[in-house]
Amino acid sequence: MKYIDEYRDADLTRKLLADLQKTTTRDWTLMEVCGGQTHSIIKSGLDQMLPPQIELVHGPGCPVCVTPLEQVDKAIALASLPEVIFSSYGDMLRVPGSKQDLFAVKAQGGDVRIVYSPLDALKIAKDNPSKTVIFFAIGFETTAPANAMAVLQAKAQGLGNFAVLVSHVTVPAAISALMDSSRAESGTTSPDMKVDGFLAAGHVCTVMGFWEYEPLVEKYKIPIVVTGFEPVDLLNGILKCVRQLEAGTYKVENAYERSVSREGNLPAQAVIKQVFEMTDRAWRGIGVIPMSGYKLRPEFADFDAELRFPEVQAIQTKENPLCISGLVLQGRKKPSECAAFGKECTPQTPLGATMVSSEGACAAYYRYGRLGK
Amino acid sequence: MTDKPNLLGWTCPRPLQNYPTIVMGHGAGGKMMADLIEHLFAPAFDNEWLGQMGDATKFDPSLWGTRDSSLAFTTDSFVVSPLFFPGGNIGELAVFGTVNDLAMRGAKPLYLSAGFILEEGLPMETLGNIVTAMAAACRKAGVKVATGDTKVVQRGHGDGIYINTSGLGIIPAGVDIGPANARPGDVVLVSGTMGDHGIAIMSVREGLTFETEIRSDTVPLYGLVEAMIEAGKGGDTPSGFDGHAPLRGIHCLRDATRGGLAAVLNELVDSSKVGIEFDERKVPIRPEVNAACEMLGLDPFYIANEGKLVAIVPQETAENVLAAMCGHEYGKNAAIIGRVVDEHPGLVTAKTSIGGMRVVDVPAGELLPRIC
Repeated sequence: MKYIDEYRDADLTRKLLADLQKTTTRDWTLMEVCGGQTHSIIKSGLDQMLPPQIELVHGPGCPVCVTPLEQVDKAIALASLPEVIFSSYGDMLRVPGSKQDLFAVKAQGGDVRIVYSPLDALKIAKDNPSKTVIFFAIGFETTAPANAMAVLQAKAQGLGNFAVLVSHVTVPAAISALMDSSRAESGTTSPDMKVDGFLAAGHVCTVMGFWEYEPLVEKYKIPIVVTGFEPVDLLNGILKCVRQLEAGTYKVENAYERSVSREGNLPAQAVIKQVFEMTDRAWRGIGVIPMSGYKLRPEFADFDAELRFPEVQAIQTKENPLCISGLVLQGRKKPSECAAFGKECTPQTPLGATMVSSEGACAAYYRYGRLGK
Repeated sequence: MTDKPNLLGWTCPRPLQNYPTIVMGHGAGGKMMADLIEHLFAPAFDNEWLGQMGDATKFDPSLWGTRDSSLAFTTDSFVVSPLFFPGGNIGELAVFGTVNDLAMRGAKPLYLSAGFILEEGLPMETLGNIVTAMAAACRKAGVKVATGDTKVVQRGHGDGIYINTSGLGIIPAGVDIGPANARPGDVVLVSGTMGDHGIAIMSVREGLTFETEIRSDTVPLYGLVEAMIEAGKGGDTPSGFDGHAPLRGIHCLRDATRGGLAAVLNELVDSSKVGIEFDERKVPIRPEVNAACEMLGLDPFYIANEGKLVAIVPQETAENVLAAMCGHEYGKNAAIIGRVVDEHPGLVTAKTSIGGMRVVDVPAGELLPRIC
């Protein structure tokens, strides 16, 4: 496939790997932030081809994984209401709430539908005027513009029966929180959480640009390299990051130039700003990170599913104490260090979202664990 | 990865999941369905024939005193929506799906039963078109509908029409094709492009349009199988090899329906207690199917086919069998994609486009498009 196969080229991969091997003189731990990158690394087998000194830690950028249990339970409560059609991106359906998942709600008669875009949910709202159509607005800055656009269009078209359950999160706040928590523990860097550099999420930066990362690089003195998603893109990002580390420099670098500019997509940012404002957000397994997410601005309160169905606001849930997905998401524990791993918790019976999503760190370890690698 | 959790032989602690009801994933051809069969149906109906767990069950000829051919028996139900899709319809599927299950044991399909569950309000014209298509499909596949049944359910209790077909066929003497017959050193082949049917259905269901229409690949496969069996003769595994009884010709055949190539290969490594390695780049996939999968966040190896088979054959005859496949109208794009190995029994691995390696796992339940 044109414009994709070029970035999955075996010869180019070999050349970049040789470069990386030559450049690397000591151990480095890099965190790829985005779940899409993790998925691509696992799917291409890139993780097993890297020089042994390079360790990749899977970051908290899987939107399905970090959506807090409480929001999943609210989604389940809303989807169970007879007057509601609940629509969602597909991979949220298998994420376990505290008692069940959206698949089970569907099996019990709830009207749960998979959509590819929030605009599809708008169409469902138009076609079903007697029902309230709720879209589960999750994800990072990448999905935020489309979700914001759906709210704007609903307002413009006077679609009073459309609402969103918002659980948006943002990347820079997560990077800060990870760095802060590790430094707070040991003064410098906690022994079980040592990330030397970040591969920033290319799609998030396509929307937001990368200027937001410049203060982070200064504050934490770590390289951040904007990185794409295909194997060659990822290797290029890793190579740039390791070159900085070996040279003792730290700056924001763009290894995904064909898609990302420093300023990002300004119209998309404007739409986000028009509809959403920053708020404290809970991350599954991590806890509340201050000013790390989006919520609807007050002028769009009519489209807020939590306000429209106040009964769900009271839902408060705790995570399974066995599950250490939070520590895994922070790169502080390996999945195999969890007592429930491969026992109570498997891809078929996941306790935490890192086992649900095909790109979740636990699911990846489960698959490869069986190979004994 | 430095840790080595040993999960070989580990089984699911909660076989029927935590679901108190049936969910769609139980019918998706993945791990959830396998668990349902393993822990509910198989123990309830426990017997040596069901225990074969192939696409069709083989009855030994000694049962009725002959020594030549064996009988093969299978059943399948068809609940596809929409009823008509690019390249086929539920009627054709109901015939080809069942005759293909027979063909995967090397059986020549002879007779079908056809059970219709019709929903009140189904237009007579729709039913007429489906039955006409079924009749044409029967002629194409060389089978006769020998018995049938019709039931009508209340409006809202069905998707227009559900069809169940069972099939009877004859396995010629000397043919022994079954899921447990794969041996290390064998070669893995596919009969053509993967994922066409699933993407054709999805494109209609999700209202996706592509520049070129993706059509379902639904066809009857016995003709192809017959040609393969003929070409595979002479490749007999030596008697007593590896402690197993001698195996003749083609070792395993599966049609890669629900769960696609990944599900079939995983079933074969489980049944045969071997590993399989294949090369992603050697698996034929149409560019438009690949593009659709990229867009939808799906993996083409997990997408359903209705006219494609996976074959495992001894190395000595692989090239002969491949040539025979390529010479048949339903095997033009056939390819050798990998081999059976001693290592990692129960596990399927793939060499990736960049030369890496990954585990190709069983799908859990329903295929879910990824968000990002």
